[in-house]
Amino acid sequence: MKTGSPVLISRADPFPKSLWPRVATVALVVYVIYACAQMEISWERVQTGLANAAHFFARLFPPNFARHELLVRGLLESLQIAVLASTLGILLALPIGLAGARNLMPPWASWPARALIVLARSLHPVIVAILFVKAVGFGALAGVLALTVASVGFIGKLFTEAIEEISSKQVEAVRATGAPFPSVLAFGVMPQVFSRFIGFATYQLDSNLRNSTMVGIVGAGGIGGTLFAAFQRFDYDFVCAILIAIISLIMLGEVLAAGVRAIFIDNATLPELFRRRGLPRRDRLVEDE
Amino acid sequence: MVSITAAETTSRRVWRRFTGAQRTARFMVYLIIVAAIVAAAQTIEIIPEFLADAPEQIGDLLARMWPIDWRAYPTDVHSALSETIHIASLGTLLALMLALPVGLLAAHNLVPFTPLNLLARLILVSSRSVNSLVWALLFVGIFGPGALAGTLAIAFRSIGFVGKLFGEALEEAQPGPIEALAATGAPWRSVLTFGYWPQVKPAFWSIALFRFDINVRESAVLGLVGAGGIGMALDAALNLFQWERVALILVAILVVVIITEIVVTQIRKRML
Repeated sequence: MKTGSPVLISRADPFPKSLWPRVATVALVVYVIYACAQMEISWERVQTGLANAAHFFARLFPPNFARHELLVRGLLESLQIAVLASTLGILLALPIGLAGARNLMPPWASWPARALIVLARSLHPVIVAILFVKAVGFGALAGVLALTVASVGFIGKLFTEAIEEISSKQVEAVRATGAPFPSVLAFGVMPQVFSRFIGFATYQLDSNLRNSTMVGIVGAGGIGGTLFAAFQRFDYDFVCAILIAIISLIMLGEVLAAGVRAIFIDNATLPELFRRRGLPRRDRLVEDE
Repeated sequence: MVSITAAETTSRRVWRRFTGAQRTARFMVYLIIVAAIVAAAQTIEIIPEFLADAPEQIGDLLARMWPIDWRAYPTDVHSALSETIHIASLGTLLALMLALPVGLLAAHNLVPFTPLNLLARLILVSSRSVNSLVWALLFVGIFGPGALAGTLAIAFRSIGFVGKLFGEALEEAQPGPIEALAATGAPWRSVLTFGYWPQVKPAFWSIALFRFDINVRESAVLGLVGAGGIGMALDAALNLFQWERVALILVAILVVVIITEIVVTQIRKRML
């Protein structure tokens, strides 16, 4: 019986699925059904909504730019809020972020700074805006302060991480010459983190611009208030005009931020900036929040 | 007569890191930034009385918030809080399902057909450039107030984020294993599951976790425009000036956000 042993071709799956993904899938399906039931989401509701959608979109178009003065005023205020909040936020975040870096600062300085950064980051800017509206009244000031808090949280965190990742060689070399602490910062630390810092700063300006169009929903100035009022009055064609304006503003902001990054990180000159087709992708942060 | 020696010339040579054109570009940026700050500071409408009044008002606010109204938690806040978490997780799941095909279409090494790539990019960009609060407004307009609008808002805002990062991960996948699979005559589904997926799996789960963390924060706000969750409880408490309850809700949001961040960080550490 030794002759001509047949070549066995196994028909079994060469990549057998383990138990764990199956259990996870079942658990996920159960969770989705449970959550939908809890929130009273059902297929009928989706269908009724979809029937509404055509009507809703019909009312959105054509966009109505008749009240463009209101629109421009709101957009300008959003822009002012974004610029001032980014400036204040960056100015405040630099010392706080530096204080949080554990490789340069003693624990008594880094822990309070890190706690402050976590606190500033944990609440959504719109919620912070509610508190500032109560504190300083309706208007752009509340928006500026709320977005300043958000900027301190975001830039502070990234700046702290950037400083903690630097090479200690240059710092030690500058220290060895007997340089005082400010010189160590200026010549040992800053050159190592400057390009990343430009990345955070442009990103934060971009993010503040997005949020400054939203804080108006809670009365903190900018175009958001106009948007929400128009929405509540069912002025959907004006809502559409505002949305188009906001999206154009945000896209313009993105282009400008990419230009600043090209100049400071890739050492581009002005003619190069206009010549190049796609702006560089490097050192761009993961977008969002 | 003063003769300039070679040593003197070298010592006088000025070292410049950037060319004149580069310095002009940098200077222009600084100029524009300063001009923008000055213009914004001069024209923004700030009422000085409000600013002067601020410390007193903040004191008043804190006094009204204390003591925190813990007893309202089981009756009103708990259900709203769990609704927020459901909105975030269902929204993330839906976004993952919708973003997968768009991300695949956006990767030009996978779909070597530029019009489809551009279409996918357009979907991703429009999803990202609309704020989640605006998505919430639109979905409240379509489906009426409630958690359904919130879930869809979170999902539609996340598509752009997940799809963009997933598409970039796909484009960075190494061609070796894929060519090997294609050479065996494997159908495209097998190439996808055994060539691409193992390479982008860590990136995919990392993106999903990261987005979930963001979505928990965002879903807490959606209620302000009527899209369900704890934001609606917050809005109600604010409108009724129940500051002790506002304080409770803020603490609840803070705790959930911090717990989510810790859990997400831990899962990521274990998994990657």
